[in-house]
Amino acid sequence: MQAGKPILYSYFRSSCSWRVRIALALKNIDYEMITINLIKDGGQQLAIIEYLEETRPTPRLLPQDPKKRAHVRMISDLIASGIQPLQNLSVLNQVGQENQLTWAQQVIASGFNALEQVLQSTAGKCCVGDEVSMADLCLVPQVANADRYKVDLSPYPTISRINKSLLALEAFQVSHPSRQPDTPPELRA
Amino acid sequence: MQAGKPILYSYFRSSCSWRVRIALALKNIDYEMITINLIKDGGQQFSKEFQALNPMKQVPALKIDGITISQSLAIIEYLEETRPTPRLLPQDPKKRAHVRMISDLIASGIQPLQNLSVLNQVGQENQLTWAQQVIASGFNALEQVLQSTAGKCCVGDEVSMADLCLVPQVANADRYKVDLSPYPTISRINKSLLALEAFQVSHPSRQPDTPPELRA
Repeated sequence: MQAGKPILYSYFRSSCSWRVRIALALKNIDYEMITINLIKDGGQQLAIIEYLEETRPTPRLLPQDPKKRAHVRMISDLIASGIQPLQNLSVLNQVGQENQLTWAQQVIASGFNALEQVLQSTAGKCCVGDEVSMADLCLVPQVANADRYKVDLSPYPTISRINKSLLALEAFQVSHPSRQPDTPPELRA
Repeated sequence: MQAGKPILYSYFRSSCSWRVRIALALKNIDYEMITINLIKDGGQQFSKEFQALNPMKQVPALKIDGITISQSLAIIEYLEETRPTPRLLPQDPKKRAHVRMISDLIASGIQPLQNLSVLNQVGQENQLTWAQQVIASGFNALEQVLQSTAGKCCVGDEVSMADLCLVPQVANADRYKVDLSPYPTISRINKSLLALEAFQVSHPSRQPDTPPELRA
């Protein structure tokens, strides 16, 4: 292990880990990965992304304009506080196996209803305007969770469109859960 | 209503609203408050008007400088960038990361799991146990983190966004009768912050919508 390289503790399937892997890929930051089979979680991933932004500022993950930055953070928090924690592994374990699918679907649908509405006034090609931002790093992994829990995405055309175009970008592909060192064979791309 | 003053949509008891009230008080920002009662009328956050303002149907929301921002930490970061003094985030990027990490731990890792709508979903007979477990679990982690970051405050000796998250979460812990004796650092910091004016003037017991029986 090279001295000085950042070390990321990551779980292939964790949407929080995936957000950070995308950021590291976009900023071309070389790092070591230590895979963990989880999960005592992850709401602290946005702090990591903000630190990367402040110390490795290019390419940008937050716009320069404070109002646009507020929109990026608002959307990121909507997902990272308002949706993901409510359907994470430990909560799902607590609601009981027979309730898990319904619970996850309700949480995601409720959050996506709100997000779809917010995006009407902020989105261009991406969540906020046309540049990839921290908000997009939160959106794509959350859509993957939605797919995993069989949430019907047809009420969310903006979310779907943005997700689709982001998944075509290399940073989102190289960081994808299906391509990680700890991805099980049956889930590999 | 004076043109140009920011407008905060707040509920006295909402810990997320309290975070923003503290920030506005610390930064000496004059504002109007519109109170949203989360219980009355089936929950005023569900009204069409409020939903148009914040599609998540939650408080707080802040109308400021021609935009509307929801999510308390996004609001606080905007205030920090546009009204930078006094600071709510340190200058050093590593300390800023600690402040944000602690804020996220509370704002993503604890509070959402014990908010009103989740508690309504787990059912009345389970609510207290659920809230206690969520808070205790989060405070276990937080107490440990604070060992390496805390001085008089969560990160060093200056009040930061992390402290704005901590105090309201301790109030929630008290509300759900969580035993705080395993968390001496959390308790110490909470106590010294509550002595500061910004934390007092913004306190749930002193708001325009505080019911008489809960008034200070």
